[in-house]
Amino acid sequence: MDQPSTATIATAAATTDGSPVIRLEAVHKTYDLGEIQVHALRGVTLQIRAREFVAVMGASGSGKSTLMNILGCLDRPTRGQYFLDGTDVSQRSKVELARIRNRKLGFVFQQFNLLARTSALENVELPTVYAGITPQEREHRAQEALERVGLADRAEHYPSQLSGGQQQRVAIARALVNRPAILLADEPTGNLDSRTAVEIMDILQRLNEEQGLTVVLVTHENDIAQYTERTLEFRDGKLRQDARVRNRLIAREVLPTLPSLDEEDAEDAASSA
Amino acid sequence: MLCPGRHKKEAGVDFWNTVRLAFRALARNKLRSSLTMLGIIIGVGAVIATVSIGQGAEYLVQQGIQSMGTNAVFISAGSSRPGGARLGSWAVKTLTIDDMNAILREVSLIREAAPAVISRVQVVYQNQNWNTTIQGTTPNFFGIRNWPVQAGSAFGDEEVDSAADVCVLGTTVAGYLFGTESAVGKQIRIGNLPFRVVGVLESKGQSVMGDDQDDRIFAPYTTVQRKISGITWIQFINASAISPEASNAAVPQITALLRERHHIHQGDDDDFFVRTQSEVADLAAQTQQVMTLLLGSIASVSLIVGGIGIMNIMLVSVTERTREIGVRMAVGATEADVQRQFLVEAVTLSMLGGAVGIIAGLGGSALISNFLSWPTLISAKAIVAAAIFSAAVGVFFGFYPARKAAQLDPIEALRYE
Repeated sequence: MDQPSTATIATAAATTDGSPVIRLEAVHKTYDLGEIQVHALRGVTLQIRAREFVAVMGASGSGKSTLMNILGCLDRPTRGQYFLDGTDVSQRSKVELARIRNRKLGFVFQQFNLLARTSALENVELPTVYAGITPQEREHRAQEALERVGLADRAEHYPSQLSGGQQQRVAIARALVNRPAILLADEPTGNLDSRTAVEIMDILQRLNEEQGLTVVLVTHENDIAQYTERTLEFRDGKLRQDARVRNRLIAREVLPTLPSLDEEDAEDAASSA
Repeated sequence: MLCPGRHKKEAGVDFWNTVRLAFRALARNKLRSSLTMLGIIIGVGAVIATVSIGQGAEYLVQQGIQSMGTNAVFISAGSSRPGGARLGSWAVKTLTIDDMNAILREVSLIREAAPAVISRVQVVYQNQNWNTTIQGTTPNFFGIRNWPVQAGSAFGDEEVDSAADVCVLGTTVAGYLFGTESAVGKQIRIGNLPFRVVGVLESKGQSVMGDDQDDRIFAPYTTVQRKISGITWIQFINASAISPEASNAAVPQITALLRERHHIHQGDDDDFFVRTQSEVADLAAQTQQVMTLLLGSIASVSLIVGGIGIMNIMLVSVTERTREIGVRMAVGATEADVQRQFLVEAVTLSMLGGAVGIIAGLGGSALISNFLSWPTLISAKAIVAAAIFSAAVGVFFGFYPARKAAQLDPIEALRYE
């Protein structure tokens, strides 16, 4: 790991250990739409340290999606600098950004984005294909990643044969398979029912705590943000609030208190009787 | 760490994985893939079939030419050049048996020669009759043309001298008049004259020009001149040079001799025409090659149409799989990776079509040679060319869709519904 930069002072969440893996310096993003210019980000400066679990919040149009695209090296800032793992990646070529996404970042999407008619194992293998790893090693790593999300026994299932929660776990395994420094999750629970959402948060919390994975999660739901350590709230392209989460929820403690939907239905039936 | 240039050392996505991926992607839409391939299959199949038919025709021509004898020199009465109100070889009266004897005497490159006097005749045997061509010649004609007699014998020089009423039949004529019966020694009527059949020739088959060489009767040229045509001149001379090379060298000598004998002034056209077998062979081969090329290029148009089909379906596929492309890019696929994937898919499609097309073409030409009894020559060159060409079609028509896929913005692609 790189030396933590002493030039920039850690923000509100400086209590976590480890060096900053993400550092933004006055990042601007402007979309030129011909007639008008849209300022999606207006000078964002922030740091995220290794092993942090951060929620990025904000309404649509707040700039949080643009921030995620830049953090995910899918897009480049118009101005400002982005240090990932100590290296400035703000003006890298497309090929270099692809390499960085492959090695350093793991993506989890709201829509899961698994390849249809492709087994869970092969979906998980996908990033390793572009990492130039031998086929044997690829399969080994994919199997290992599936084990980490508790789906080792579903390796040969197709996405259509899996529940939404299982599909998202496969997607998380895919994000983990190249052992990235950071997991970027864009509304990972947005398409899931509330219990399954907590299950996914449980997996993310475990990966964060037990394996020291840095997680940056985009959400607009406050109760999901409660499972993280720190919230970054965006409005109008600016970071408005950077706060530690008080009364943080621990998913594995919450889960037993949640009745399964089937049980709820049974209770409803009983009470109406 | 993220030092640039590091990736150069890495193997990247291995080729076979990409091919495997392509096969899988194509297998997902079996009907669509096979319909797309159909264009290439038809194109390649048509090229292979037409080329093998064309080469079969070339082979036929070569066979025919060889059966004429490679030393052959052919002299015909009449002009070689078209245009004007020239007379055909049938009407020009200047070529005579004396010309032939002069050639034999003075052109040392010519070893043998036989005259030809030709007429259309009606022949009758009992209640059978047939309209055919009678050719008056000398006995050495059969040697020059390398045309053996299968039954009986040819007529002799003394029968030429005496203008005897004897003839030798081609197998077609013998078949029509006599069926399975033996013809030798029988009396037939040609025009109003009774002729004795002294021999029946071996079958020679079709000529280069496609007519039946066995549909002909041969008799002493004196007999045909005096008793059938009523003429004193001859129409053709079938000569034989001492070697294939000599046949071409003899042409100017014969030309000079005949011009002198026919008193043709300098600048005036010849009233005869000298061709060698090798010239005829070249001409025929050229004609055949042009035909083959023409047919082949018509067939290859369908190959291009097939390529457009591939391009179309690849464009559809890129649009359908926009999200997949976005995901691949998000997890680390470079533009080059995506482009390669789609290009390999297009080439796989076209080469698979090419392979099936080659089989279809071989099958098609086998059918043709079976049912039309036309020889087809399968050329390895055509097969290799078809394989390369179908791959090239895939590359050419797959390039644009692949480029389009590679240039997708991953953010847009991931958001695509």
